[in-house]
Amino acid sequence: MDLAWMAWTWPTGIFFICIVTALVAMTVWDRAVPQTERAGVLGILTTRGDRLFISLLGSGWIHLIWLGVVGPQLWIASIISVVFALCVFRWV
Amino acid sequence: MEKKVNQKAWFFVLPVVLLVAFSALIPLMTVVNYSVQDTFGNNAFFWAGTDWFTDILRSERFHSALWRQFLFSGIILAIEVPLGIAIALAMPRRGLWVPVCLVLMALPLLIPWNVVGTIWQVFARVDIGLLGHTLANLGIDFNYTQDPLDAWITVVVMDVWHWTSLVVLLCYAGLQSIPDAYYQAARIDGASKWAIFRYIQLPKLHRVLLIAVLLRFMDSFMIYTEPFVVTGGGPGSATTFLSIDLVKMAIGQFDLGRAAAFSIIYFLIILLVSWAFYTVMTGKTKESDR
Repeated sequence: MDLAWMAWTWPTGIFFICIVTALVAMTVWDRAVPQTERAGVLGILTTRGDRLFISLLGSGWIHLIWLGVVGPQLWIASIISVVFALCVFRWV
Repeated sequence: MEKKVNQKAWFFVLPVVLLVAFSALIPLMTVVNYSVQDTFGNNAFFWAGTDWFTDILRSERFHSALWRQFLFSGIILAIEVPLGIAIALAMPRRGLWVPVCLVLMALPLLIPWNVVGTIWQVFARVDIGLLGHTLANLGIDFNYTQDPLDAWITVVVMDVWHWTSLVVLLCYAGLQSIPDAYYQAARIDGASKWAIFRYIQLPKLHRVLLIAVLLRFMDSFMIYTEPFVVTGGGPGSATTFLSIDLVKMAIGQFDLGRAAAFSIIYFLIILLVSWAFYTVMTGKTKESDR
């Protein structure tokens, strides 16, 4: 099947592989240890899936704000995003 | 004995998964791929990295369109939600007039978007339109093709006319589902109309209002056809909302890489605001359920 029209590149391919891997890992984790809702610092009830969504959405915004305000050195934004995701999973 | 889980149901979900993959996921992935490249057609792409994102995020044109879009969504939510609740409260709950009111309310929703735009484009014209001509005869200087404020008023009134019905129908369905026992108890307690609305009807409308606010926000934030038909984004760029700007970029200028980056930023804004609305409103629903 010719997928040239989708204009794949290695960086975007790796990005989507990471997303799919995260979703599969969360599914396996859920099968092994079923998730329950909890209220964290935001005062909203979240499951692990919700926390992954918040982490991904927040990471997208961290990268956008970094690009808009600072510049193209995205590795710093990526480190901030990982720290943000860890905080979300721990405290939200 | 342990109950056996039937996994066959997954096969019934497969067609939906495939449909969503072809209609949403694959196009979205293609947009992500385009956003980091430049192309001049013929499937020839050149790596651009994050340049398009930086360019869009720092452009005055994007900031202006975004500001106009938030202003438009804010105005129509502030008008349509209270107006929709008020009309739903005023509608009869039983009798012959119920189907008449429901059909009248449903009519604007049945008209295609480009037809709504055309109706209002003609209706508001000063030379041949009933509204424009009447206003001119009353001595009001109204011209939506030249005056930005008039263009805004026309687009906002058109959206209110087209979509308030949706809020009305959702609220009416919510009101109809409230058992009579609540009203009887309120009457026994001598509750005023305001008290009934504040402590019975409004809390019971939470769920439908969540749907109404989300649908109206997302729809208004993506509005394209109606303002494009009426004003074409003008006068100048006074009514150029995000989607109109995006289409100009993607189709008018054939700037696909930049348009793809614009689309992703647009998508992330809608996702964030919708999530915030949903979280705040379902949080309140959970509290009211306790």
